Amino acid sequence: MERDPPAGTEVNDTVLVLKAQAGDREAFGELVSRYMRRAYYAALGLTGSHDDALDLSQEAFVRAYRARASLDPDRPFYPWLYQIVRRLCFNLQRDRRTRRRRMEEATPWLQDQAGARAAASDPARSAERSELRSRLEVAIDALPEREREVLVLKEFEGLRYREIAELLGIPIGTVMSRLYTARRNLAEILGDVL
Amino acid sequence: MRNGGAAAGDERVRRLLMSGLDGELPAWEREELERLLNSEPSVRAEWDRLVRLKEVTDTMKLQQPPDEVWKDYWGSVYVRLERGIGWILLSVGAIVLISYGAWMGAQELIADTEMPLYLKGAILATMVGVVVLFVSVVREKLFVGRRERYKDVER
Repeated sequence: MERDPPAGTEVNDTVLVLKAQAGDREAFGELVSRYMRRAYYAALGLTGSHDDALDLSQEAFVRAYRARASLDPDRPFYPWLYQIVRRLCFNLQRDRRTRRRRMEEATPWLQDQAGARAAASDPARSAERSELRSRLEVAIDALPEREREVLVLKEFEGLRYREIAELLGIPIGTVMSRLYTARRNLAEILGDVL
Repeated sequence: MRNGGAAAGDERVRRLLMSGLDGELPAWEREELERLLNSEPSVRAEWDRLVRLKEVTDTMKLQQPPDEVWKDYWGSVYVRLERGIGWILLSVGAIVLISYGAWMGAQELIADTEMPLYLKGAILATMVGVVVLFVSVVREKLFVGRRERYKDVER
């Protein structure tokens, strides 16, 4: 999965942020192009829905543009944007009507790489993997939002503890504690298939 | 109820398990984890369970959207930005027009000598109420939400 922009782009980010603050939409467009994937995947991990992830990640950029005057150009852009993304996602998740709608229209948001390899050669194993993926999605959906967030950042975005701690503004120890609780809960829910 | 020392020990064990599982354990702590796994059956059982879970999650990744999503992404953000400005202009214009209309209507109402006083009062109250509610909703949408951007964020 695409993650950080290439090394050395932080300085350019600063320039782009300064230009965006002066009202240059093309510069902001460049920031959007750089971080749209990370914002989308972050939202997908938190909401478990392609439509919501697309909608909320785009809305986060709109809000970031409107609030650009409050951004310190010397600080990295993405952690600031991520705070907007997560707030939008958490607010959506807390809306019970949305949760009910999503349960009814649930589509896969995880991709099983092992299942994809097994699909052609072994249909029975493929069906088993599909069931496992589906149960994992439901189990992650059932996690409290803060545990889910840390789990997604670690497992699916591949961030290191230090990176997660910086992104969320919490100590590394808290990252590990939340991750432990999330995994223990997942292991309990998936107990019979592990 | 656990005492403080035991709780602190549990926390240490949990961190060792997580770091070990995610490959973020320094060499000297790896030895400590190995010793723990060999001497504590309950920790070993938990470790084995977490390893099996990790094997499952390692085979999963987030579903990738179609390429068209990325091609249209900035365009969609741009349209939203434009519409946002459109809504602001429309709202400001509507506030001015409604306020002006209300003011003119109120003047005519006050000048009307044939209408009963209670009816004038009711119409005035309705007009003022509509203006207050409209301005309040617009103010909330445009300003309050922005200032309290992170009010719901829990760290």
